[in-house]
Amino acid sequence: MRTIRYFLGRLCGAVPTLFVIVTVSFFLMRAAPGDPLDQEKNLAPEVVANLHAAYGMDQPLWRQYVSYLRNLAHGDFGPSFRYPDFSVTDLISQGLPISVTLGAVAMLIAVGVGVAVGTLAALRRRSWTDHLAMTLAVAAIAIPSFVLLPFLGLLFGLYLHWLPVAGWEPGAWRDVVLPVAVLSLPPLGVVARLTRASMQEALGSGFVRTALAKGLPLRTVILRHALRPALVPVAGYLAPALATILTGSLVVETIAGIPGIGRYLVEGALNRDYTLVLGMVVVYSTLLIGMGLIVDALYLWLDPRIRFEP
Amino acid sequence: MSAVPLIARRGLGANRVAMASLGVIVGLTLLAVCGPALSPHRFDALDYAAIAVPPGSAHAHWLGTDRLGRDLFVRTLDGTRISLAIGVFATAISVAVGVCYGAIAGFMGGRVDQFMMRLLEILSGLPLIFLVILLKVAFGNGPVLLFVSIGAVGWLTMARIVRGETLSLRRREFIEAALAGGATSGRILRRHVLPNVLGSVIVYATLTVPQMILFETFLSFLGLGIQEPHASLGTLVADGAREMEVAPWILLVPGTLLAALLLAFNLFGDGLRDAVGAPER
Repeated sequence: MRTIRYFLGRLCGAVPTLFVIVTVSFFLMRAAPGDPLDQEKNLAPEVVANLHAAYGMDQPLWRQYVSYLRNLAHGDFGPSFRYPDFSVTDLISQGLPISVTLGAVAMLIAVGVGVAVGTLAALRRRSWTDHLAMTLAVAAIAIPSFVLLPFLGLLFGLYLHWLPVAGWEPGAWRDVVLPVAVLSLPPLGVVARLTRASMQEALGSGFVRTALAKGLPLRTVILRHALRPALVPVAGYLAPALATILTGSLVVETIAGIPGIGRYLVEGALNRDYTLVLGMVVVYSTLLIGMGLIVDALYLWLDPRIRFEP
Repeated sequence: MSAVPLIARRGLGANRVAMASLGVIVGLTLLAVCGPALSPHRFDALDYAAIAVPPGSAHAHWLGTDRLGRDLFVRTLDGTRISLAIGVFATAISVAVGVCYGAIAGFMGGRVDQFMMRLLEILSGLPLIFLVILLKVAFGNGPVLLFVSIGAVGWLTMARIVRGETLSLRRREFIEAALAGGATSGRILRRHVLPNVLGSVIVYATLTVPQMILFETFLSFLGLGIQEPHASLGTLVADGAREMEVAPWILLVPGTLLAALLLAFNLFGDGLRDAVGAPER
């Protein structure tokens, strides 16, 4: 009961957070010099005035803000300024499934492979496997995605001809191998390091020694006893991991030519496409806040001793 | 405190990876500062006789040129110098802010600490990077805004670490003695708390530098950082990625350098942390 109340409280707490983010972004964008219609050349002043009126930009700023919030509450992100034939809702709902699929696969790879590598390194502590794995983990964290993706494209695309350099066709898995790999690597490195540390601690604890003393095979001890507590720090890292993947998708989708939503944030901001940028900020914030809730639920499952007080 | 450099030196000396990384960092820094003077070319000089020539051709451009005929050796080192400078400067900002915030929160304790930590928690939950992108786009590309916006993201971890250490220091006898002796809070913070957290601060500052460089190059890659004709490693990689099918060296030269630099900083910071015995974040 307490737990349910805690989660309800968190859910309600997300609304003001989102509100603050939207408000800051709204006025930040409006304070910037320039106008979304600047780049339409040679428009008569009357046309510009009419366009402004059509987008509601002839109203005072606070009224535009209120009406934006009202529409947002109804799930309407408004019309895009730079893609006049589309609403922001259209643009985002076209790109979001692609971005979410790529991001989710990258996240699964990062956690799955990262935990496996970290466990292996913890088991073979101070062996050359451990040193190699941890050096590679640092490399995965350190080397930026916008360097790695072109490098891998050069190697696997241009020289070896195994995979396409860039491009996108629905259903062609070969197109997304490199982008997903590059997206998953930085969080994978962090997960591997976190798992190695927590697994070492778990392996040294009393209940693992007891389980081993009972004669259970090592495999069972790790999977049934050590893994769960070792996963707690990994769960705590999931929200930053999502932020890393979202940030990475901004450049990875652009370089690889994937029609997700990654390009809209920077492109929209450069074009002063107010509604598109705000829509992106709302989507990203919602994803991150949602991940925070999932992490709390995971904590409860991983360590039943944890209690959340509302 | 006085023991920290000693332990660090002994532990670090045995860590060959960390020492090699330190060598790479020092070598690249020296090269970035002095290297451009060794070449006859300037970073923004156009050589129309040598457009996009590969490295090692007969043109006296040691690492080739880009598609405007600018010397890549000089340009890459110039970009490295700019990226390094921004990384170090932004780290200094985030260290200053983070240490003050963390030390005050940890030393005051109670309600103040609770409030300050709650604020920190909220801030680190926000998609700050996206707000910084908006900020950069909205208010142009001045270098001051670049430093401030990058530094603004970096101080959160530092504040958390300093606050934790200060909190445990506060219960130690020598702080109590200083309080009993009538020392003011400011004096205790300066004379007793700061020297004791310095070890951790140095370790995490070392680990913050590559993060700041990464962030700056990321912004520059998106076209929101350093502007032409100047270059940072980020803009150079962005230029190279556009030409990689016909002239891969334009990508490979700055890309390799950036990767090596970030890797070296991370490995050295890790080694330093292990040697001092500081916990992972």
